[in-house]
Amino acid sequence: MQSVQFEAPGTVEQAVALLAGATGDARVLAGGTDLLVQLRSHMVDPALVVDIKHIEETRTLVRNADGSYTIGSAVAGAEAHEHDRFAAEWPGVMESWDLIGSTQIQGRASLGGNLCNASPAADSVPAMIAAGMTANIAGPGGRRTVPVEDIPVAPGRTSLANGEFVVSFNLPARPAGGGDAYLRLIPRTEMDIAVVGCGVALVLDAGGIVTSARVSLGAVAPTVLLVEDAARAIVGTRLDDDALAALDAACQAACSPINDKRGTIVYRTQVAGVLARRAARIAAERAGSR
Amino acid sequence: MAKHHVTTTINGEPVEFLCSTRQTLLDVLRDELNLTGSKEGCASGDCGACSVMLDGRLVCSCLVLGAEAEGKSVETIEGMAEGDRLHPLQQNFLEDAALQCGICTPGFLVAAKALLERNPDPTETEVRYWLAGNLCRCTGYDKIIRAVMRTAAEVRGEAS
Amino acid sequence: MTGEKTEFKWVGTRAIRPDGHDKVTGRAKFGSDFALPGMLQGRVLRSPHAHARIRSIDTSAAEALPGVKGVITSADFADQPAELAAAGEALVNYRDMVRNVMAREKVLYDGHAVAAVAATSAEIAEAALELISVDYEVLDHVIDVDLAMEPGAPILDEELEPAGMEASGPTNIAKRVDFDLGDVEEGFAKAEVVLERSYTTAAVHQGYIEPHAAVASVSEDGQAQIWCCTQGQFMVRAYTARLCGMETSQIRVTPSEIGGGFGGKTVVYLEPLATALSRKTGRPVKMIMSREEVFRASGPTSAGSMTYRIGATRNGVITAFEGTIRLEAGAFPGSPVQPACMCAVAPYDIKNVRLTGYDVVVNRPKVAAYRAPGAPISAFGAESIIDELAKELGFDPLQLRLKNAAKQGTKAAYGPTFRRIGYEETVEQAIASEHYSAPLGPNQGRGVASGFWFNIGGESAATVNINEDGTAVVVSGNPDIGGSRASLALMAAEELGIDYTKVRPIIGDTSSVGYNFLTGGSRVTFATGLAVVEAARDAVRQMCERAAKIWEVESDGVIWRDGHAVPASSNVGDFEPLSLADIAAQSPKTGGPICGHNAQNVQGAGPGFATHICDVEVDPETGRVTILRYTAVQDVGRAIHPSYVEGQIQGGAVQGIGWALNEEYIYNERGQLENPGFLDYRIPVASDLPMIETVVVEVPNDRHPYGVRGVGEVPIVPPMAAVANAIENATGVRMEHLPMSPPRLLAALDAARLPEAAE
Ligand SMILES: Cc1cc2nc3c(=O)[nH]c(=O)nc-3n(C[C@H](O)[C@H](O)[C@H](O)COP(=O)(O)OP(=O)(O)OC[C@H]3O[C@@H](n4cnc5c(N)ncnc54)[C@H](O)[C@@H]3O)c2cc1C
Ligand code: FES
Ligand code: FES
Repeated sequence: MQSVQFEAPGTVEQAVALLAGATGDARVLAGGTDLLVQLRSHMVDPALVVDIKHIEETRTLVRNADGSYTIGSAVAGAEAHEHDRFAAEWPGVMESWDLIGSTQIQGRASLGGNLCNASPAADSVPAMIAAGMTANIAGPGGRRTVPVEDIPVAPGRTSLANGEFVVSFNLPARPAGGGDAYLRLIPRTEMDIAVVGCGVALVLDAGGIVTSARVSLGAVAPTVLLVEDAARAIVGTRLDDDALAALDAACQAACSPINDKRGTIVYRTQVAGVLARRAARIAAERAGSR
Repeated sequence: MAKHHVTTTINGEPVEFLCSTRQTLLDVLRDELNLTGSKEGCASGDCGACSVMLDGRLVCSCLVLGAEAEGKSVETIEGMAEGDRLHPLQQNFLEDAALQCGICTPGFLVAAKALLERNPDPTETEVRYWLAGNLCRCTGYDKIIRAVMRTAAEVRGEAS
Repeated sequence: MTGEKTEFKWVGTRAIRPDGHDKVTGRAKFGSDFALPGMLQGRVLRSPHAHARIRSIDTSAAEALPGVKGVITSADFADQPAELAAAGEALVNYRDMVRNVMAREKVLYDGHAVAAVAATSAEIAEAALELISVDYEVLDHVIDVDLAMEPGAPILDEELEPAGMEASGPTNIAKRVDFDLGDVEEGFAKAEVVLERSYTTAAVHQGYIEPHAAVASVSEDGQAQIWCCTQGQFMVRAYTARLCGMETSQIRVTPSEIGGGFGGKTVVYLEPLATALSRKTGRPVKMIMSREEVFRASGPTSAGSMTYRIGATRNGVITAFEGTIRLEAGAFPGSPVQPACMCAVAPYDIKNVRLTGYDVVVNRPKVAAYRAPGAPISAFGAESIIDELAKELGFDPLQLRLKNAAKQGTKAAYGPTFRRIGYEETVEQAIASEHYSAPLGPNQGRGVASGFWFNIGGESAATVNINEDGTAVVVSGNPDIGGSRASLALMAAEELGIDYTKVRPIIGDTSSVGYNFLTGGSRVTFATGLAVVEAARDAVRQMCERAAKIWEVESDGVIWRDGHAVPASSNVGDFEPLSLADIAAQSPKTGGPICGHNAQNVQGAGPGFATHICDVEVDPETGRVTILRYTAVQDVGRAIHPSYVEGQIQGGAVQGIGWALNEEYIYNERGQLENPGFLDYRIPVASDLPMIETVVVEVPNDRHPYGVRGVGEVPIVPPMAAVANAIENATGVRMEHLPMSPPRLLAALDAARLPEAAE
């Protein structure tokens, strides 16, 4: 246990300089709802903590002229909730964010933190992946943008290089006929980590046929999965029973979960299929209702 | 390592304190400022007993660093009553026996007040979900939920 | 005793509790809210192993760390002989207790204390723990009760000699208990239907929100003061004195407000350590458990395993019941297997009963009492098998219970013949409730179950001091966990005939009130309430004497009515009534202070019964269970403060729902607890639940002046079976293991669906 330096820079450049220049472990602090728990239980022992919440870019959620969104990596769920159109246009992403912890946790929890904590059970990540979100990363080598699914590489590990952090996310404009949904299974109704999570985003044509889809599963593998076979199972269909059964099977086939205190291999696999079917139906309803 | 000198506002009063990086806002409130009304049930965000308002947002003070409070305003249970006048939620918690041991009570009151300020007419389900991060092991929640619902109705001016 | 009065002014009202304002404003001081000047922070080093021999402990590096003022290990506590002491409803052994607070030869569970440090800050104390090196020889461990009983199981204590049975060689069985009534063989011979089933339950924690905390300060003259959150300040004093080698009079224990206990704060963990550290360092020492320590090292209740056989005639008479109940004690003997046996089928009038119980040590924290200790475990099985019997016989499950209900004159298998009890009333009220006949939708089901707790009395002492201005102070000695001060004040106000707000109840420290057995077993409102009533009557008697003196009449010529001394009859004379305030004002001239007192070992606790109705909805694809509606009917004797009575019922029911659905201790293969936090030890949250409807039945206990029975224990007994029975009703699948968590239930549903699919 060492003493920890704390900095709260006001610009991206200052933050990068601090992170890159640190001797020893340096940690970004967004909402702190993972980091503080880890600090307290001595799971992490950083030399430096950099609070990124004084950087304007990490703190704003804006709808761009083309209908796309730029979401600051440290925006809290409760703040996103107050945006006038976001939740209506991307209900699945909003729901997945909302599901993170309690009202109190919502007051702090960010998408950047949820993603970079790199838990396979992170709720917002399947929804972000299904929605096709990308992350804007700043680092000593400048800026780069990568798909969200490329960031977690293993439980607790990301592909971010030393000195890099996520500044914001891009969420595409909601396509015409598009809908998304996120469902998770927890034993209680709140305050649990997902035993399985599933995000589905899809587009229906005027005839109700799925023209494109992205399906993502959480807590069934070392990282959140983008399941392309699952999308293929429903594209070109009207989500009839056969298509849903194929979706269910594709999701089950993609699972490689573990037995742990939160669920069994059999259970997670089976429920992944169930949630995928249900989420797809909800996403389609939302797509159809527009 | 030097401590941080933090300037903040607590329950409307300007307050300065020193803390190390590892100290949470809850540690500071309880151990440095002797504001022990905020309780520690878990120190991991699970129980809500440490609930405070930070710049108008409901948070777990055990998941905020003391150093983060710089320039912010903090409201705790100690600031809820106005002088000797209890907040209607406090009064109704008493009248409706919404506490047994009382360790969870400060957290519930702070959280419930935040709810009613945002949503003066919540459904039972909304109250239950809003308060899901506040654990109570004694009451089974029944009387707490009723007290919050009754207060909402009273504040809206409906007889209960 | 009852029937003295049926009309009350205060008893039965929903008065605001005397400690309420401090608790809604944050002013109330709980265990960890105390601080003293110069105080050190203490922390405990805990075993990472489930079972290991301690070869050596080196504390030198920790002692050398700047800011560290003292380190203690088991070497700082004298060994104790095997000797039994009362702790809640269980008995403990000082030889075991000294080993539980600080491991000696071996560590016996993950989380077992091995050393403690006091330092100038918590950060330094934590850093010092990392510098203590313990050389362990890791041993095989056993956590499951059935495995622990098998031949060849790892043995926790080679010297353990089981009570109540012969053992050939080392064993983990600490005790066998037997209860016999009638002739079970004959009973089964009469039966036309016989069922045999096995059930298991997981270890669960009381889950109080306030972690254990204590501040100890030992002066240079050896006098100690302790402030702590406990269910029994006298228990803390006795145990700490013994473990620290001090005299009882040297220790003064002041109980703080207590943030829940449910039985879990009826033992000592930190208090002897803080006292030993304070003695060693010469400074006050504060110790607080983290939530993780609470789960790893403080008492859960037993996991259980049981096998039952029940026999009945076709017309619904239960003729025999036979059962074996095996309960885990944790690392040291002392599971609540005896009350488990006593309560299993106590709601029923069964003529032939045989119950055998085993108390078994395993590598888990030593169990502590948890609400109606043992009864919820044994009742889960009993109330499940009775539900199956009802189905088998084609009976409505409540009608079958009513038909076999225990009543006045029934001889219970555990010994007593019941006086007037209210079990039948609870079943009748449940049958009559709107809930019981409400319609159900698809995937929904309804279950019922009953429960019993004998309730306890015990030693209580109380003082009622009449103040010079006509107010009163009630001093008693039981920490108030759920509003008991309000109930005591209501009864005192009723007796004294003054306004409730003029009665101030306080909880004395160990030096300011006579001995009180701890808060537990639902005894406070009953037993301490009785002492308060008697103390108030003592004060009233003194006030009548004072009035007699003022009036210059015989003291038996004065009676007390509505807060006034009045002449007993017109023969005595014609005097203006003297109010309590009048008498108090004149007390210096009439004989000095007026202090009512009572101390006794209270007998005559009235058994409590409950019947619960639960509706669930089961998601057939995920195994998730939603509690839709819940009604708890309970005979409370008399509700002194109805709100807190309802609160006890609601809280107990919800703890039972948690036990039924999700709560459990999860261990990895190395015997380490995997879920020592509220995130993964899943107690119910507000959004998991509906309102808990209560139906309060009042069949007064004839051995209490206000008819009080206990209230707090019974409501946790029925829920697990009520939920299981509801799940069976919804799905046709019978769950015989707790918790009925989604993975378990889905597996059971799938297993039941397989043969269907194959057809
Ligand atoms: C009681 C409780 C309940 C919870 N429930 C859920 C739940 O239901 N579902 C769920 O998914 N999670 C849950 N969590 C976990 C946590 O709240 C979420 O993961 C949350 O989104 C983390 O966001 P944060 O802003 O608080 O992250 P922080 O704690 O600030 O950061 C988390 C990690 O990510 C790193 N990091 C943060 N931001 C960035 C960035 N922009 N760039 C690079 N690295 C970064 C940090 O260094 C740290 O390692 C729960 C936590 C608690 C305490
Ligand atoms: S102490 Fe902060 S949530 Fe429990
Ligand atoms: S009243 Fe005790 S935890 Fe809520």
